[in-house]
Amino acid sequence: MTFVIELLVSFFLVVGAFFAMAGSIGSFRLPDFFSRLHGPTKSTTLGVGAMAIASAIYFSFHGEGISFHEVLITLFLFITAPVSAHFLAKAALHQRLHENKAALPPESEKETGPHV
Amino acid sequence: MPTYRKSPIPGNRWLPHPLMTLVLVIIWLFLVNTITFGHLLLGTLLGIAIPWFTNRFWPERPKIAKPFLLFRFFFITFVTDVIVANITVVRLFLQPDISRLRPRFIEIPLDTQDPMVITILASVISLTPGTVSAEVTEDRQTLIVHGLDVADEALAVQTIKTRYEAPLKEIFSC
Repeated sequence: MTFVIELLVSFFLVVGAFFAMAGSIGSFRLPDFFSRLHGPTKSTTLGVGAMAIASAIYFSFHGEGISFHEVLITLFLFITAPVSAHFLAKAALHQRLHENKAALPPESEKETGPHV
Repeated sequence: MPTYRKSPIPGNRWLPHPLMTLVLVIIWLFLVNTITFGHLLLGTLLGIAIPWFTNRFWPERPKIAKPFLLFRFFFITFVTDVIVANITVVRLFLQPDISRLRPRFIEIPLDTQDPMVITILASVISLTPGTVSAEVTEDRQTLIVHGLDVADEALAVQTIKTRYEAPLKEIFSC
């Protein structure tokens, strides 16, 4: 394995670890539920994505042949993360889960309900 | 029920979702992590059998009117925005004074009632700068979005509409 590949792999690993850590710090520091949702949907997604890229590069140049199934991890993560965040946000909205109720959108104005 | 345009790739009784067949073959090859004739054959078999057995769950197919625009939207607009979004959000997370954030809900009036377009729009919003989609009203007219640091609500709504909703509407032509 050449130096360039090693450099590339370590770069993606560090970037991934940084974003994952920043996302966790965000979840800890932010004041309310809805703001805390931003951490897991974005930073952690890119964090895992970058680590998957590092893994794909490493095993493509290390083992036998190219390795691409890491792409699927990233793909499925990008599909599922927004959906679960949407579920959490939706459930929290219906529970009126907020330290400051005035910040929530008015409930009576629009009828929200189950939909497909 | 929304009306769909005709798909560029025709499907028939034995191959109800040609695009899904193709995607399943590619996913299968990615999963086994090798490209050999045997796995290509097995993937094709699965790609034909799965849409056939599950056809009742999705009778209509997504009608992609502009495949090139779809490609450009996901690989250029979307990928750059995800990276930019992450840098922005990380800077917001790590700023010394966290109370300076202006989190609030914004309401985005939707121009389309197509469930497919709304789903993709909501997911893209969740993955891009400082916004998480929280709710679609039952009449599919409004998308409620939570912004992490919103300075100007009208500007935020305008950005989302021109940057994401307009291209998606064009791609799925509705």
